[in-house]
Amino acid sequence: MSVLVNKNSKIIVQGFTGSEGTFHATQMIEYGTNVVGGVTPGKGGQKHLDKPVFNTVKEAVDEVGADTTIIFVPPAFAADAIMEAADAGIKVIITITEGIPVADMIKAADYIKGRDCRLIGPNCPGVITPGEAKVGIMPGFVFKKGRVGIVSKSGTLTYEAADQVVKQGLGITTAIGIGGDPIIGTTTKEAVELLINDPETECVVMIGEIGGQLEADAANWYKASGSKKPIVGFIAGETAPAGRTMGHAGAIVGGSDDTAQAKKKIMRACGIHVVDSPAEIGKKVKEVLG
Amino acid sequence: MNLHEYQGKEILSSFGVRIQRGIVAQNANEAVAAAKQLTAETGTGWHVIKAQIHAGGRGKGGGVKLAKNLQEVEDIAGKIIGMNLITPQTSKEGKKVHQVLVAEDVYYPGASETSEFYMSVLLNRGTGRNMIMYSTEGGMDIETVAEETPHLIFTEEIDPSVGLMPFQARRIAFNLGLSGNAFKEMTKFVASLYTAYVKSDASLFEINPVLKTSDDKIMAVDAKVTIDDNALFRHKDYMDLRDIREENAIEVEAKAVGLNYVDLDGNVGCMVNGAGLAMATMDLIKQAGGEPANFLDVGGTADAARVEAAFKIILKDPAVKAILINIFGGIVRCDRVAQGVIDAYKNMGTINVPIIVRLQGTNADIAKELIDNSGLDVMSATEFQEAADKVQAVLSK
Repeated sequence: MSVLVNKNSKIIVQGFTGSEGTFHATQMIEYGTNVVGGVTPGKGGQKHLDKPVFNTVKEAVDEVGADTTIIFVPPAFAADAIMEAADAGIKVIITITEGIPVADMIKAADYIKGRDCRLIGPNCPGVITPGEAKVGIMPGFVFKKGRVGIVSKSGTLTYEAADQVVKQGLGITTAIGIGGDPIIGTTTKEAVELLINDPETECVVMIGEIGGQLEADAANWYKASGSKKPIVGFIAGETAPAGRTMGHAGAIVGGSDDTAQAKKKIMRACGIHVVDSPAEIGKKVKEVLG
Repeated sequence: MNLHEYQGKEILSSFGVRIQRGIVAQNANEAVAAAKQLTAETGTGWHVIKAQIHAGGRGKGGGVKLAKNLQEVEDIAGKIIGMNLITPQTSKEGKKVHQVLVAEDVYYPGASETSEFYMSVLLNRGTGRNMIMYSTEGGMDIETVAEETPHLIFTEEIDPSVGLMPFQARRIAFNLGLSGNAFKEMTKFVASLYTAYVKSDASLFEINPVLKTSDDKIMAVDAKVTIDDNALFRHKDYMDLRDIREENAIEVEAKAVGLNYVDLDGNVGCMVNGAGLAMATMDLIKQAGGEPANFLDVGGTADAARVEAAFKIILKDPAVKAILINIFGGIVRCDRVAQGVIDAYKNMGTINVPIIVRLQGTNADIAKELIDNSGLDVMSATEFQEAADKVQAVLSK
């Protein structure tokens, strides 16, 4: 078992023939990911990386049965790409693109609400189920197969955590990079819930950052769920100065519990094993798994 | 991108939002001319001189003053322009004032009492929708209102598929206790304010105060406007509104070479790929007994040119006693980064602070060898904790 993506996922790449799309699709295929084609409007009918190119996502769904997409479309067109994927019936929409205008994401998030699909990201490293599918931009070799799930807002910090877990002789079921934008499709709580409910995952690593309520929501859900599956948590940004990126009004909506200290306190109160040092994530996982 | 009050008001006005009118001035003479013009156009007798800096609480620092005649306009403008304005939102040193807004006096006496409200438009991150937040308690620090009288803060969330509906604008006007002409004016004000927010791709509007004048007009007396940087490609005309004098000079320079840098007060500089790992590295520096001197994300392409640019930027800060480079090589190979560090080091001649380089991930072993055999005064590490220990050792020397 694993969550979101596995060896049976039929994956397409939106923005397939662009430089980012080409580079990462190549890496994904080399990893052994089941890439069944790609979409670049106007280039339908061509072959790229030995895979068919389609004009629309709908064609890719109809002709090769695509159920998962990874989006590398430039920011100005990315929200449109998300909505096209949802409209075509894609189930898992992983959006790597960084820098999508917030106004566009408000529309895209509203559009996909109530549809049978799940958005991961945007501005995220993607999702990897080691040995089965790498649907993202992460270095595949860092992630060895195992029984620890990872949920993180950050790319390189996910790699760091996976590396530490692997060096403890353990491995990863699925690592989910949820992204760091103000509006993201899958929240920390939803990603944690997926992994807690995954029978193969025996421990979850939850990595957050300052700002927002996502980690607190996940922690409260975990406590209420009564799950005995351990979670190891880390929040980056204890030393980050307050108010550098947020306006006054935003700070009010966020409340006073979005600092690293406040989040860690909530997480600890909900039974999460919180580490203060980012160098201790792997060790702590080993310790709680015994 | 943050805007000055006068720029924000221009944008509001272009979408039909009533504003307190004003003219920006760079010196005392221009201020007097502006005051004369404003009197001719609006009939205002008195003028308000407002410092234009990117920080709130300007009144508390002496940056907003009433002038009752042209001599006072000249004196006050002369005093405010060039001063270092210290407000609760600036650093201890304050911010230098380069220009003032000479504005009409809108608190004139009339048939009814004036009243002040608070209104902002922003994203509710929890729901992924825009909301209008407003309060009867205008002109005050909204954080104080939130703390002391939270029941006086109201919100109205906007459904993105239909936008702001008339009933919502009416509800806002009712909740603010308005009636008659002021009520109608407020519904118009709210509707045009929300249109302006959406059409300008703003990420924050904060209007404090929104004023009901003594003749029942509703207008924005102040405007804090932030435009979504990611949407600027749709608003080429707004790009000129950036005032880099308001931004940290080193941060502006870093941005120009594609580095995401935030200046901090500590003694250990750092250079990291990825924002999350960068924050984690700052935390580790603190736990090792240091204080981070900066946040610096070199992004996905940590080549020699970028590493050199990053070195130069970090070393501009004389407080830096050591530099920690922490790169997790994924797509970017560690040996390339290591070579970049070595090349940058040699190009720059001598760097007089100890450097700890921690490279992990793709080709980390080769990278460590390159660093160790370079003959440079650079310490290498592969594990996160090892890097922290080396920082600690350097600082305790």
